[in-house]
Amino acid sequence: MNERTRDDSPAAAPEEQPAAASAAATAGSRRPQAPVRRPSSRRRFIRSAFLIGGVLGLAMLGYVPVAGAQRTRLRPPGALEESDFLASCIKCGQCVQVCPVAAIRLDDIDSGFGIGVPWIDARAQACDFSCDAVQCILACPTGSLTYHKPAALATRPGMPLARAPLLKAKEKDAEPTLNLAERMGVARLSRPDSCLAVQGKGFRGQARGADFRGRLRYVERDRWRPVAVRDHPYERDLCNLCVSECPIGDAITMLATVAADGRRQYQPQVLEQCVGCGVCEMICPVDPAAIVIDARQPWAI
Amino acid sequence: MSASERLRVMFGAAPLKPERVTPAAQQVHQLKRMTKADFEALKQHARDHQLVNHKWRNRRWAVLLLVNLLFTFSFWLDIQMLEGSLTASRFVGFHLIDLNSALQVMLAHRHVIVNLFIGTATVFVLWVALGGRSFCSWVCPYHIVAEWFEWLHLKLAARKLVSDHEFHRGARSVLWFAFALLAVLSGYTVFETISPTGILSRALIYGPSLALGWVLLLLLFEVLYSRRAWCRYVCPIGMTYGMVGAVSPLRVEYRLEHCFHEGDCRKVCLVPHVLDVVIKGRAADLKTPIGPDCTRCGLCVDVCPSGALVFDIKGLNRLL
Repeated sequence: MNERTRDDSPAAAPEEQPAAASAAATAGSRRPQAPVRRPSSRRRFIRSAFLIGGVLGLAMLGYVPVAGAQRTRLRPPGALEESDFLASCIKCGQCVQVCPVAAIRLDDIDSGFGIGVPWIDARAQACDFSCDAVQCILACPTGSLTYHKPAALATRPGMPLARAPLLKAKEKDAEPTLNLAERMGVARLSRPDSCLAVQGKGFRGQARGADFRGRLRYVERDRWRPVAVRDHPYERDLCNLCVSECPIGDAITMLATVAADGRRQYQPQVLEQCVGCGVCEMICPVDPAAIVIDARQPWAI
Repeated sequence: MSASERLRVMFGAAPLKPERVTPAAQQVHQLKRMTKADFEALKQHARDHQLVNHKWRNRRWAVLLLVNLLFTFSFWLDIQMLEGSLTASRFVGFHLIDLNSALQVMLAHRHVIVNLFIGTATVFVLWVALGGRSFCSWVCPYHIVAEWFEWLHLKLAARKLVSDHEFHRGARSVLWFAFALLAVLSGYTVFETISPTGILSRALIYGPSLALGWVLLLLLFEVLYSRRAWCRYVCPIGMTYGMVGAVSPLRVEYRLEHCFHEGDCRKVCLVPHVLDVVIKGRAADLKTPIGPDCTRCGLCVDVCPSGALVFDIKGLNRLL
């Protein structure tokens, strides 16, 4: 402790004052006095100012990745608009813990203010709504993921869904829709040239190879437990995995047209009910995927 | 020391000597007046008969590890006891939300949903009961890691290879307000970006991250430059829980009559300014509660050879 105060208390014992004592001892001598060595409070003050500046500066560095918007992360379903999402997320990871297919992961410190914030790498593991009730929204303690966005919070046109999305797995249930008001993003056939359907090709085998760890719910195999994609090989004369595996009703369809030379041509077409879950991107057997999710993008004709 | 004086000291002011000393305490101070040689002999005698024990440290480490592992295993083994991480979690379904994280989110987002409020209120009541900054020493994973690295710092310092550079404790108050202000102005939970508590807690549950590199840098800074710098001069979480602890009945109490003023407690303490009262002649009364900045870690209770520092629950003595 170098925070000494003047001794003016009657009860204080004459202890713990080495500096004062030595000053008194040398006061009578004629020799020039060496300055009494006391911890410099000025130096400490400057040091502390640097500490404050350094800590705040380092913390504010977190703004760089956010301002640069280098990453347009796909957020879990029900996420608020990005700036509201980063502000309200408490970085606890409860959404990660409840996801039955482990689609949600947390961002690292290189995302700055986005540290500990959940996102989905759709190509590796998409959200297939295996949980039925959108468990991550239920788990979120701060309303970052929400069923009902408060009116005061921003909503971009094209983000709200026209109607509640129909979950194919629950088609026969009394309540077959998902409680989801806005889309996470929207799918787009970004590489039509590499799309097997566009080329008129079929597909046989494991959609993503033997090493792929992603899982999907195949209702006909198991209503409640997702199955590894590699354990569910396909056999299609015309590849339509993005259409058949889409968990949402009326979100994507295979458009068939007849060309001038009379040949039939196919192309997957994304519809307005697309919620942007990413299953089509995950299951697409070509590499890189022909169909991708434009994260956090609105529906636009 | 009055309650307001204890708060002032927590915010960064130097402890003052008491203006009024009770007659009983004055008498004890009088009786302790003696020659330097006698005083040294007395201190030596107390030290010689000290029974070295780490009772409270061991209990605390056990609790800290247990709490953090409960988070980890709740997820890994899916036992669902304590889901989430230290910033926010659910204990068998009940929302628990870290007070400083809640503050950052509330200030940045300005929209408080019911679950957020319930979780924050629950944790507030919990830590009022349990002693505020006891969160730091009994739960925070950075605390225990920093404690281990502090041992390294002290070893190096003893060999004069490094020395402890003190900062002004007011820096933490400035940073607390600065981070609150930044949350309001920027609309981001700025502090969470560098919070080693959040980073370590998430790393323990969700696996290692690059952010651990930042935590390691902090620990190196503490070993090489300034002892326990983050907890002492920076962490706004400690400040938030300190304010909660100001009204807590659970605290360490100093008993003047038992004290030989060796000062060992101040050497092991994370926040030695709260133990200013143990300096010979400083105590204003026979019993003094230690201030809200105290983390209730119990190192002083363990180290005191004469039982002058004990855990105490205010009002309990009157009840019993």
